[in-house]
Amino acid sequence: MPEQPIARPDSRETVSLYLVGVVLLVVLPLLNVLPADDSWLHLSDFRLNQFGKFLAFAILALGLDLIWGYCGVLSMGQGVFFGFGAYCMGMYLALQIGAESVYGSELPDFMVWTQVKELPLFWYPFKSFIGGFLGAILVPVLFATIFGFLAFRSRIKGVYFAIITQALAFAAWLVFNRNETRLGGTNGLTDFKQLLGYRLSDPSTQRGLYIITVLALGAAYLFCRWIVASRAGKVLIAIRDSESRVTFSGYTPWMYKLFVFVVSAGLAGLAGMLYVPQVGIITPAQIGVLPSLEVVIWVAVGGRGTLIGAVLGAVAVNYGRSVLTNYFPEAWPFILGGLFVVVVTMFPDGLLGMIRKVTARKQTPAPVIKAEGRTAA
Amino acid sequence: MRRGFVPLSKIVIVLFLLIISQGTTVAEQPLTSEAATVAASPIEQALLDIKSEDAAVRSAAAALLIEKGDASLLSALDAIRAEADRATRQAIKPVIDLLKNHANLTSDQSDTRRSAAADLVGTGRPEAIAWLEQAAAKEPVWWVKYTMEESAQLLRLHADEHTVRVVAVKKLGELRSQNGLSVLKELVEAGTQSGATDEQRALADAAHASIGQIDAWFWWADAIETFFRGISLSSILLMMSLGLAIVFGLMGVINMAHGELMMVGAYATFVTQQAFVGWLSPEVFDWYFPVALPVAFLSAAAFGWVLEATVIRFLYGRLLETLLATWGVSLILMQAARVYFGDLTAVIAPQALRGGAQVMVGVYLPYNRIFIILLSIVCVLGIYFLLFRSNLGIRVRSVTQNRNMSACLGIPTRKVDSYTFAFASGLAGIAGWALTMVGNVDPGLGQNYIVDAFMVVVTGGVGKLAGTIWASLGIGGLNKLIEPVSGAVYGKVFILVGVILFLQWRPQGLFAAKGRNADA
Repeated sequence: MPEQPIARPDSRETVSLYLVGVVLLVVLPLLNVLPADDSWLHLSDFRLNQFGKFLAFAILALGLDLIWGYCGVLSMGQGVFFGFGAYCMGMYLALQIGAESVYGSELPDFMVWTQVKELPLFWYPFKSFIGGFLGAILVPVLFATIFGFLAFRSRIKGVYFAIITQALAFAAWLVFNRNETRLGGTNGLTDFKQLLGYRLSDPSTQRGLYIITVLALGAAYLFCRWIVASRAGKVLIAIRDSESRVTFSGYTPWMYKLFVFVVSAGLAGLAGMLYVPQVGIITPAQIGVLPSLEVVIWVAVGGRGTLIGAVLGAVAVNYGRSVLTNYFPEAWPFILGGLFVVVVTMFPDGLLGMIRKVTARKQTPAPVIKAEGRTAA
Repeated sequence: MRRGFVPLSKIVIVLFLLIISQGTTVAEQPLTSEAATVAASPIEQALLDIKSEDAAVRSAAAALLIEKGDASLLSALDAIRAEADRATRQAIKPVIDLLKNHANLTSDQSDTRRSAAADLVGTGRPEAIAWLEQAAAKEPVWWVKYTMEESAQLLRLHADEHTVRVVAVKKLGELRSQNGLSVLKELVEAGTQSGATDEQRALADAAHASIGQIDAWFWWADAIETFFRGISLSSILLMMSLGLAIVFGLMGVINMAHGELMMVGAYATFVTQQAFVGWLSPEVFDWYFPVALPVAFLSAAAFGWVLEATVIRFLYGRLLETLLATWGVSLILMQAARVYFGDLTAVIAPQALRGGAQVMVGVYLPYNRIFIILLSIVCVLGIYFLLFRSNLGIRVRSVTQNRNMSACLGIPTRKVDSYTFAFASGLAGIAGWALTMVGNVDPGLGQNYIVDAFMVVVTGGVGKLAGTIWASLGIGGLNKLIEPVSGAVYGKVFILVGVILFLQWRPQGLFAAKGRNADA
């Protein structure tokens, strides 16, 4: 597949990245706390919380960019791993509700009305925060390991892999919708009250969660960059550009793919874990085919194979969505669909590619080599 | 029931009636004349007696009317019932029911005859046995005859004589009577109780044997129906995945909007129907369905042609990108349908496709499903001839095999692409046309099948007609086989697991393209 050369952030970009980091980590929370409520500088609790949600999505997008942008493997099932993480944390939070629940039962509400008398066995680990935290990372990682092992070892690749993961998203959505899986069925898990003793309705808790999300995003970004810059990262890019040659050079591509798939699943789990306490609900609707594909469009809009682009795309698309669905609720699918078409056909490098083009024009113009003809794959 | 046979059976029945009516007038002449002298007054007397205050007189009159009466009394009885008190109405009701059903046994509508035969069981009157057997002996339609015999045996179960009942139980077993199952089970229960008499026990043994026969038969009937449902789902999947597989094989394009092109076909059918409702007289309404076929094909093909010319053209050779772009298109089309048509629209099936065929005892095959199976066979044959026996086909195949070489040899590959894509889209339109017969037309129509259809393409191998056929048979069949055991949801999960495991064994699908392409 003809691809653009690996784009690396130059020094100016690194500087602006740190700036953005400072703004996200320090300035926004301060704007939320310090100015008076009616001041124009004031950032409302709602907005800050919303931003926290977008940044959780950005972690999810980072994972997809790692596997799609760098390794050329399109996973259309990221929503599933996100859902695993979110449900694990959601189960912990649901058990924390305790006697505050509507029915005053120790069990989560949905179990009361679906006539479940005892806590199912697989819920027990989530009684503790450690269980919820580890589960949110390990369950997606474990699942991705098994699924990825089967898929990559038998050399399912390209579109085949995309289709299989889409079927996975579809199947997971169906299963999570069922009541007998004891995960709340269509209604999902919601009505959380507290996290480690902090009230979730408290703005300061939400501010704390926001800061944790920013830190997690920063760590995830640095981790991904470390992978990409390592020797393994070079192999990943080589696999993307020509898997056969990598094989012939004596590497085992499927192991690299499996590794990066597992990492991306872990990141998705992390994102889900951070998403739940901030949004306060997790339902199967977050898992299905469409949510998984939306992740793809965030990355495509931001610019794949850049990591920063994934973050940018996740925030931009979600922000656009929250604004537009307010004004034209019926238009969003049109816009989302249009974005798919336009970005894929006309702006394969996404937003970041455009920004880089604009800023790079002052220096020497890069020669544009267009691949002619069609490749066999 | 069997629509195709109605005109024929009508003629046969009319002939029969002619013969019978002449035969009976000759044969029963002495009887009726005798009856006229002796029993003319009894019937009249009974018509009076049935209004009597005395319950014994009433029931005697009713019994006499049932035995001697015929349909000509119905109007008189109805007149009596209209102004009678409750007790009289209760006495008359079974008389009317019996006489009416008795008359209906010789109706010229096979459906009426059959339901009359079934209704007679409910009356529980032994007189009906003889009527049913007489009617069965003359009955030309197999299914009606079957019901008549079954009803007669069911009535015999209430007979006083033990031997008659045992014979009836055995006969019911031989007839594989599903209606008899509950009665037979009651007999078994009665016979196995501690205080059961010898006769009851003998009856229970016979009933037990008959139940075994019936159950075994219905196991098979169930298996056949499951098989049929599997084939029917398979043919829907097949019609969808044929277009997908051709486009994928030829152009390397994953068309996620294929399901929505199918939806376009379904909506085209709906619009045609509405046009017929709005502008044409109701007599020609059923013609909307054949008219909708070209409409569905052409509109879906037109959408496909535009899609190819505006989006896909720019993405050749970039598989994942085509997948994403067409997914975007599918979102747009779906939302457009939702906004324009709303969520609930349904197409009324034409008369010819309503109902179903009873092919054997316990097996009922709906016509719309049969229609879809036949249509998919026609589609496969059509594609076969188009691909392997036509000029366009040889070009399509050569471009599929080696695009650059074909271009060098003067094949207009762009045109071939564009035509093939439009054709595959039209095929999706036909699938949508057919799908209106089995479900509602809604914007999510395509989404219901697209995941399965892609599984078919993946399992079957790229660009292989045979692979697509086998894979859709396999996946559709498995789906319906697992469904009764584990429910539809886990069925889907099992299929996914099955496909992944299958690809362990055959990564290239069932029928891999032979070649030395390392990237294939």
